[in-house]
Amino acid sequence: MAPRPILTVDGLSVEFRTRNGTVRALESVDLTVAKGEVLGIVGESGSGKSVTAYTVIGLLDKAGRPVAGSAEYDGVPLIGTREKDLADLRGREISMIFQNPRAALNPIRPVGKQIEDVLLRHNQATRQDAKEKAIAMLEKVRIVDPPLRYWSYPYELSGGMCQRVMIAIALACNPRLLIADEPTTGLDVTTQKATMDLVQELTRASGMSVILITHDLGMAAAYCDRIVVMRKGEIVEAAPVAQLFADPKHPYTQKLIAASPGPNSKLSDLTAVPDEMEDAAPVQAPDAPPVRVMPPSRAPLMEVTNLVKEFPRRDAKSVWPWQKSETADTVFRAVDDISFSLSRGESLGLVGESGCGKSTTSSIVTRLLDPTAGSVFFDGEDITAFRAAKFARLPQRRKIQMVFQDPTDSLNPRFSSADSISDPLRRMVGLSGAALTKRVEELSDMVGLPRHLLTRFPHQLSGGQKARVGIARAIAADPMLLVLDEPTSALDVSVQAVVLQLLDRLKQELGMSYIFVSHDLNVVRLLCERVIVMNKGKIVETGTAEDVLTRPQQDYTKTLIAAIPQLDPARWRPPQTAAAPVPKAAE
Amino acid sequence: MLRFAKHARYVLSENPVTAGAFLFFTLLILLAVFGPWIAPHDPLATNASNALQAPTWAHPFGTDHLGRDVFSRVIVATRLDLGIAVSAVALSFVIGSALGCSAGFWGGWTDRIVGRVSDTIMAFPLFVLAMGVVAALGNSVENIIYATAVINLPFYARVARNETSLRREAGFVLAARISGGSDARILATQVFPNILPPMMVQISLNMGWAILNAAGLSFIGLGVRPPAAEWGIMVAEGATYIVSGEWWLALFPGAALMLAVFCFNLMGDGLRDLVDPSRRT
Amino acid sequence: MRTKLAQVGRRLLQAVPSVIGIIVISFALTRALPGDPAVYFAGAMADEKSIAEVRVALGLDRSWIEQFFIYVGNLFSGNLGVSLNTGRPVLTELMTRLPASLELTFTGLGIAILIAVPLGVLAAVRPGSWIDHMCRVLVTAGVSLPTFFTGLFLIYLFYYLLGLAPSPLGRLDILFFPPEHVTGFYTLDSLIAGDGETFVAALKQIVLPALTLGLFALAPIARMTRAAMLNALASDFVRTARANGLSSATVLGTYAFRNAALPVLTTLGMVFSFLLGANVLVEKVFSWPGIGSFAIEALIASDYAAVQGFVLSMALLFVLVNLAIDTLLTLIDPRIGLDG
Repeated sequence: MAPRPILTVDGLSVEFRTRNGTVRALESVDLTVAKGEVLGIVGESGSGKSVTAYTVIGLLDKAGRPVAGSAEYDGVPLIGTREKDLADLRGREISMIFQNPRAALNPIRPVGKQIEDVLLRHNQATRQDAKEKAIAMLEKVRIVDPPLRYWSYPYELSGGMCQRVMIAIALACNPRLLIADEPTTGLDVTTQKATMDLVQELTRASGMSVILITHDLGMAAAYCDRIVVMRKGEIVEAAPVAQLFADPKHPYTQKLIAASPGPNSKLSDLTAVPDEMEDAAPVQAPDAPPVRVMPPSRAPLMEVTNLVKEFPRRDAKSVWPWQKSETADTVFRAVDDISFSLSRGESLGLVGESGCGKSTTSSIVTRLLDPTAGSVFFDGEDITAFRAAKFARLPQRRKIQMVFQDPTDSLNPRFSSADSISDPLRRMVGLSGAALTKRVEELSDMVGLPRHLLTRFPHQLSGGQKARVGIARAIAADPMLLVLDEPTSALDVSVQAVVLQLLDRLKQELGMSYIFVSHDLNVVRLLCERVIVMNKGKIVETGTAEDVLTRPQQDYTKTLIAAIPQLDPARWRPPQTAAAPVPKAAE
Repeated sequence: MLRFAKHARYVLSENPVTAGAFLFFTLLILLAVFGPWIAPHDPLATNASNALQAPTWAHPFGTDHLGRDVFSRVIVATRLDLGIAVSAVALSFVIGSALGCSAGFWGGWTDRIVGRVSDTIMAFPLFVLAMGVVAALGNSVENIIYATAVINLPFYARVARNETSLRREAGFVLAARISGGSDARILATQVFPNILPPMMVQISLNMGWAILNAAGLSFIGLGVRPPAAEWGIMVAEGATYIVSGEWWLALFPGAALMLAVFCFNLMGDGLRDLVDPSRRT
Repeated sequence: MRTKLAQVGRRLLQAVPSVIGIIVISFALTRALPGDPAVYFAGAMADEKSIAEVRVALGLDRSWIEQFFIYVGNLFSGNLGVSLNTGRPVLTELMTRLPASLELTFTGLGIAILIAVPLGVLAAVRPGSWIDHMCRVLVTAGVSLPTFFTGLFLIYLFYYLLGLAPSPLGRLDILFFPPEHVTGFYTLDSLIAGDGETFVAALKQIVLPALTLGLFALAPIARMTRAAMLNALASDFVRTARANGLSSATVLGTYAFRNAALPVLTTLGMVFSFLLGANVLVEKVFSWPGIGSFAIEALIASDYAAVQGFVLSMALLFVLVNLAIDTLLTLIDPRIGLDG
């Protein structure tokens, strides 16, 4: 490498004091960032990728402290330097953008003023021209009508706009290194792409170096020059992006790449690399294999016609002590006249960005919510004829079950795994005593939950284990239809891969139909035969998963697909046409 | 049950301050139950020749203006003071959490009515409202309890309401619905046990506050009548003698009151840890 | 600015249901008296004739609805009845005594805020330091102290033992004449009159009772300040501010404290509610001639009109204070009242 790197981290180790003694969060981490380079730090939760950045920039919280190693920015030592000197560096030389941009901005200060604060602090503006410069920054990050937006408060801006303001603040003093910590987590896919494109454009224009911290290999592949893979506080592999994907050396990297669903990967590919996870599924056949021969009939199991759900648009949020009248000036149509059908044994994906109405639809279909208009026929009967509150006592209740988004939130903290799985069995199947215990054990075998975990409480289980409990509970009463509401979005990729495979296997074995609600087209494609794309409460496009993904007909679907950072390792492998030039990341 | 005992031991050994508070609480309960038998003297026996004696071995807390033994009176008063506070807090806990849970779970009109009622109670300075209630209902111990219960009610209703509505749409509640549970069952088995930890903290804080309020009311001459032994009224009786330097009349009942409240306030966190399963190991 | 004014207006309107609720409850309290309210309102010395007069005057011979409207009508014409103790209209009694209570309460609140807010901020900025520990001890002890007990303790210490404080009897030593009535606050009025000696005398009298109230109000304010400040310091936006190298003064002041001030301001309403109650006890301990002492005398003497007038006026005062706080919050916090 030619010139001196702008950032050098050498043997950095960090310890955290916790209630149970000290924990190593980083173990001799080495990395460098060259001038103008975009370095990706990739890893799953708890891998230490954020800790690395926070240590370097001196924002580590009080419980953590570097115990060994050094970090230098352009020859200036960063570890053990006085806070005052570091503060001079931050914002001027090194700056940072964060996830959850709305929370990361001062809620009661106009955004323009927040840009000014940084400019004035680092003497990049005077009191006279600060406002002008702040507005220029807003313009630079393409915020419409900057002089007006100067006075906006974060709550008045969308998440994407807030992230642009953050970028404006971070770049206001023209730093030479930008650290982006999961900058797009929580944003919609299309906003994600727009945000990252903006970062790329602005940093490249001024030759800025960037550290991009992300859990998303696809994103790293699209925007980085070089990638560092971290696991449990250690760097397992560092390589230029093409080399990393074409020829991953470390087994963990291989596993991570395999587990990330790409546009061409198949479900079986995801765990092609044998895993060594803590909650490894003991692949044991259930005691009594309940494999059913699936009826070949393609008769519709569910028929949804002209479904509408309206919510009153509240005048203001109703806080208890000061209740407002709920008089709605207008109503908000969350689901706007949609119809679709689902065959027996079919899996249907419901895809769209947040607020598109997919979750509302799934709540109505599972009869947790009453529709405003329209009907849902299930197995030939109109189940919307009963109010949601009554539905709990109908025999159809056990036929439609659901797996929830957040495995932690969906388990009662006071119930052990066995209690949670027993609940539907007691309530709807009427099992008790030994029969109940036997069935619970059977179910835990089916979902690959080790039996000794049945007595544990949710806080004693890992994310993947909690997901398994949730799935066992959902299939306990032998449902015909399982509604999966973003079942893997809270899980790490490697766990996601295992859960997806489990869901697929259960579908084969039990002959259930799935409605799979997700924002991630790549994941939906793995599990579903047919896909419905929703936007603003309406169905935009519907078709087989293959067709919708490879030959989208509607503009909206095209944008949606284009926005997904595609991870396609095949792109970097030189298979047939040797010597193919390595494509530069992200056009 | 055994699991709970083990957990209790863990929580208490982890935090010595909480353990101390629980120990003192046990002592208070013992005094409340066995007070009249423990007290060395008759709390009501007057002895004019022995009035206003500073603390001695015979009378560790001294004697009051009627020659009564302050130590015995302080001990015997525990039952009345704790009794008022416990009954008042129990009343407002039961009614308040029932109202609050329904309001939080069903929302709509239930929520609005419960909210309006507790807002209106809260619109009064609470001690002043208690004075008004006692004045209206009549000057008696039961009415002190009712008044204290009324002014505590909105706190329980609010905590229960907020904690319930937080969990109304929680995944595990939806899952219970999908498992065929009725509203009442879900409220009882899924929601209520989970709002207990914050309610426990509220109970412990309110218990102290309830004691302070009841003592305050009797300090200004409401509720408990002389010659009954009660901490508030004893401080009131001793107040006259403070300016002439007879400090023990007011100090000991006041200190007992303070310690009791202090103990309840310290117990709050411990109680929450006790009923919170995620603290279990 | 216009939208802000509209929001403040809306806040004012929101006080209407509270006021209605207060009036309904105080009406219910006057009618909840066991037996015949007319007997109670007429007092112990009344004969048949005066009881009958009171019954007609209170409208007790009519239906509940009518009675309620008569009650409301009386309230609006400022007729709260006549105090049996003093024989003067309750409203007059309350108005003459109100300044004494307000002076005491506000001085107490002022002392509490001046100590508690810096203490809470410092405790949050240096968690685990001695100041943090001191804050925690003060907070836990503060909420456990019965106000009347603190007051007595202070009297014993500063009057009996040290002899620093004047005897705890009222607003002014009998050697002094009250200053000319302007605000009704003796300390302010004596300053306005340019009477330094009276000012010092008035100040000496108010220090102990105000300190008692201050100690009582200190705990909740300090606890809230500390919690709000810790919360703000741990927030994402403070992290952003630090990541941009802003000076610690800006981070603490402009970013953390301004945000932390909002919940503290909200808590002040609750604190004031407690203060109005504690005020009654402190007035009794220090023989302070405010409406609290008036209410206690009335309670003992079963002077119901006076007690109801006291409860009602305290509630209305509290509504006013809450309104003031909410208005302030609306003006400071851009997020309040706007559609999300």
